[in-house]
Amino acid sequence: MNALNIFHETANNLYACAEKWKKATGKKVVGYFCTYAPEELIYAAGALPYRIFGSKGNITLSDSHLQSYCCSFARACLEEALSGKIGFLDGTVFPHTCDTIQRLSDIWRLNAGFSFHIDVVLPVKLNTESAKAYNTDVFKKFKKDLEAALETEITDEKLRQSIRLYNSIRKALAEIYTMRSELPEIITGKDMHAIIQASMVMDRNHLFENLTTVLETLKGNKGSTKKSRKKRLVLAGGICSQPDIHTIIEDSGGAVVWDDLCTGTRYFSGKIDDTPDPVKAIADRYFERAVCPAKHVSNTYRGENIVRIAKERNAGGVIFLFYKFCDPHGFDYPYMKSYLDKEKIPSLLVEVENQLPADGTIRTRLETFVEMI
Amino acid sequence: MRSESSPGDPEKERRKIKCVKKMKDIMIGYYMEAKSAAATGKKVAWITSGGPVEPLIAMGVIPVYPENHGAMIGAGKMGVDLCEKAEEMGYPRDLCSYARADIACSTVNGGPIGGLPKPDFLICCNNICGTVLKWYEVQARYYNVPLFIFDTPFIHTEFTNEARTYVTRQMEDYIMFLEEVCGIKMDHDKMNDVGKLSIQSMKLWQDVLDTTMHKPAPMSAFDAFFHLALIVTLRGTQIVVDYYIELLDEMKQRIAGEISMVPDEQYRLLWDNLPVWYKTRWLSEKFASHHACLVADTYTSAWSGVVHLLDENNILESMAMAYTSVYINISIDRMFEKIKTMVKKYDIDGMVMHSNRSCKPYSFGQYDLRKMIANEMNLPVLIIEADMVDERSFSKGQIETRIDAFMELLKQ
Repeated sequence: MNALNIFHETANNLYACAEKWKKATGKKVVGYFCTYAPEELIYAAGALPYRIFGSKGNITLSDSHLQSYCCSFARACLEEALSGKIGFLDGTVFPHTCDTIQRLSDIWRLNAGFSFHIDVVLPVKLNTESAKAYNTDVFKKFKKDLEAALETEITDEKLRQSIRLYNSIRKALAEIYTMRSELPEIITGKDMHAIIQASMVMDRNHLFENLTTVLETLKGNKGSTKKSRKKRLVLAGGICSQPDIHTIIEDSGGAVVWDDLCTGTRYFSGKIDDTPDPVKAIADRYFERAVCPAKHVSNTYRGENIVRIAKERNAGGVIFLFYKFCDPHGFDYPYMKSYLDKEKIPSLLVEVENQLPADGTIRTRLETFVEMI
Repeated sequence: MRSESSPGDPEKERRKIKCVKKMKDIMIGYYMEAKSAAATGKKVAWITSGGPVEPLIAMGVIPVYPENHGAMIGAGKMGVDLCEKAEEMGYPRDLCSYARADIACSTVNGGPIGGLPKPDFLICCNNICGTVLKWYEVQARYYNVPLFIFDTPFIHTEFTNEARTYVTRQMEDYIMFLEEVCGIKMDHDKMNDVGKLSIQSMKLWQDVLDTTMHKPAPMSAFDAFFHLALIVTLRGTQIVVDYYIELLDEMKQRIAGEISMVPDEQYRLLWDNLPVWYKTRWLSEKFASHHACLVADTYTSAWSGVVHLLDENNILESMAMAYTSVYINISIDRMFEKIKTMVKKYDIDGMVMHSNRSCKPYSFGQYDLRKMIANEMNLPVLIIEADMVDERSFSKGQIETRIDAFMELLKQ
């Protein structure tokens, strides 16, 4: 499908695309970690929000800063900075999430050498009035810090434009997801992965145009798409940086019909309300959308949520993508699994690094799992 | 915790800290009271080691510390069994060993005291790590009890005004939570008294730690790891104040009598991170064999390092500030400033960092700290990789070789 080319081209050439954008526009590129970064503000400031995914290939430079028991995601991200691969960034935004990212922020600030570094120290609990007020305060402070760093003013008008654009992007992504859930054969997992990854780094106006084209094309293909016989699966975890996992799942006779991922539904769920205080509206979205395990809304939310997703999407099983040394996900896994067990929904834990291992163990395990469902 | 050496050796007897016995008795009494809470009708709250415990004391709630329990499990060399049990339950081996041991212990009532008393509610303060949030969520589900989270925003480059407002408001939320779960109103006069005792005990604890400024040091960090238990578990009570007065007195007497902890002390070292609980004695003797004394550490002073921020006339609000500012809730460049002060204060010759697989927020950044310390202070730093409770991550031969090599370097 031609409409997808731009997404694959971007996802396969993250650095080159951002550099090209920077050269063409003369504007700044701001790197960010995870979906707790308020991209809407970065975009309203006239800069390109660029999500940091971590270096592919060997990790060597990070070894003198991070111990071997640090997750490969943090190590790969630091490698990307120290090696100069993301030297085009003008600054970085670190939302506070887990202990590892918290310390990575210090190490980054002291070693990466970007011209600015902003910590967005969000609350860890997203379920009280005082936390909600603090969260808004944090984003208001972030707005000021960003304005100073980029030497610009983020007017309410620009911010509203940005919010409208982001709402449209998120709505389009959700529509593509819904269509895939209804007709898994309509788009491959690898294509979906490229769309999500590109969405986090592309010029957002350009992105929206392309998403619209994809949506129209997919709608047109609905009638001719065959009904899927594949086993319906949900993917759960943090970041998914391994597009090949989708191909392995599909080759094994499975299809991912929904997810609970930072590079997935957590990116686009939740709408920003059109209220008189746009910064507060951006902040409040985080109190509505699904949380990652580094944040708290209740003791049982994530377990209930994964069961709800699996049931709503009529999924036969859940695959947990687990990064070795990831504490928040490691603590949540046993109870989330037990909630699924209670509902007789099978699940599989797949341990991954920032790159998939070359051997076939993951393929064998996934094949066995899909067959079992 | 430190075992007593073989009796009969008069030289060793002379060096022993006499207060140890009293401290053990206090801790036994404390755990007995906590374990009989159900019978006496008192409420029990589990709380993180860095959490604001004073309001609990003022409300008559018995605070119980899973981390102190974790340390006892480690010192009692019971960590591996419990950690393995947690792994059978599905928890990855790379999670904090305090958490793994505690989560497993709840299901089997194991460990040195047959498990902790069941909590009525949980208080989790994330000023020490994000791990406690996940750990306490696990326990809140297991015991099906309310969880209060005291959220202390991490201080990277500044303690922001926004964060100040937030932690102050949370102190109000905290009191309201306690009033609800306890069914009584907070007595603010009592709260102020508890606050005063807490400040007093922190100051006394710091005074005890500061006796090691004397050369030779009357105690070592290994002793501090042991005597720390009271400032963690019972701060805000008279017992702690009385005990540390006595301990301080003993240290002063040791200084007067020229009784040092390490015979013929020649090298003064600074320890970083939590103790290796199951190997404190071995490590202590290993360093002593090189005439090296670990005279100070970044860990035990965490409970007194923020005492200057406390104001007994405005106890609740100042507590919110102080608890947010603790050593492990600050960036590595801020940590470096504290280390610099300690190096000067205790006249340190070298630093030993425990790269603790269980404690990522304490351990990540150590490599950068080592560089800063080497470059700016020209001080040698040894990093040993281990774990505070899980003995499977301790390679004795390798660590011994590294300590010997490090000490040779210091001696040159």
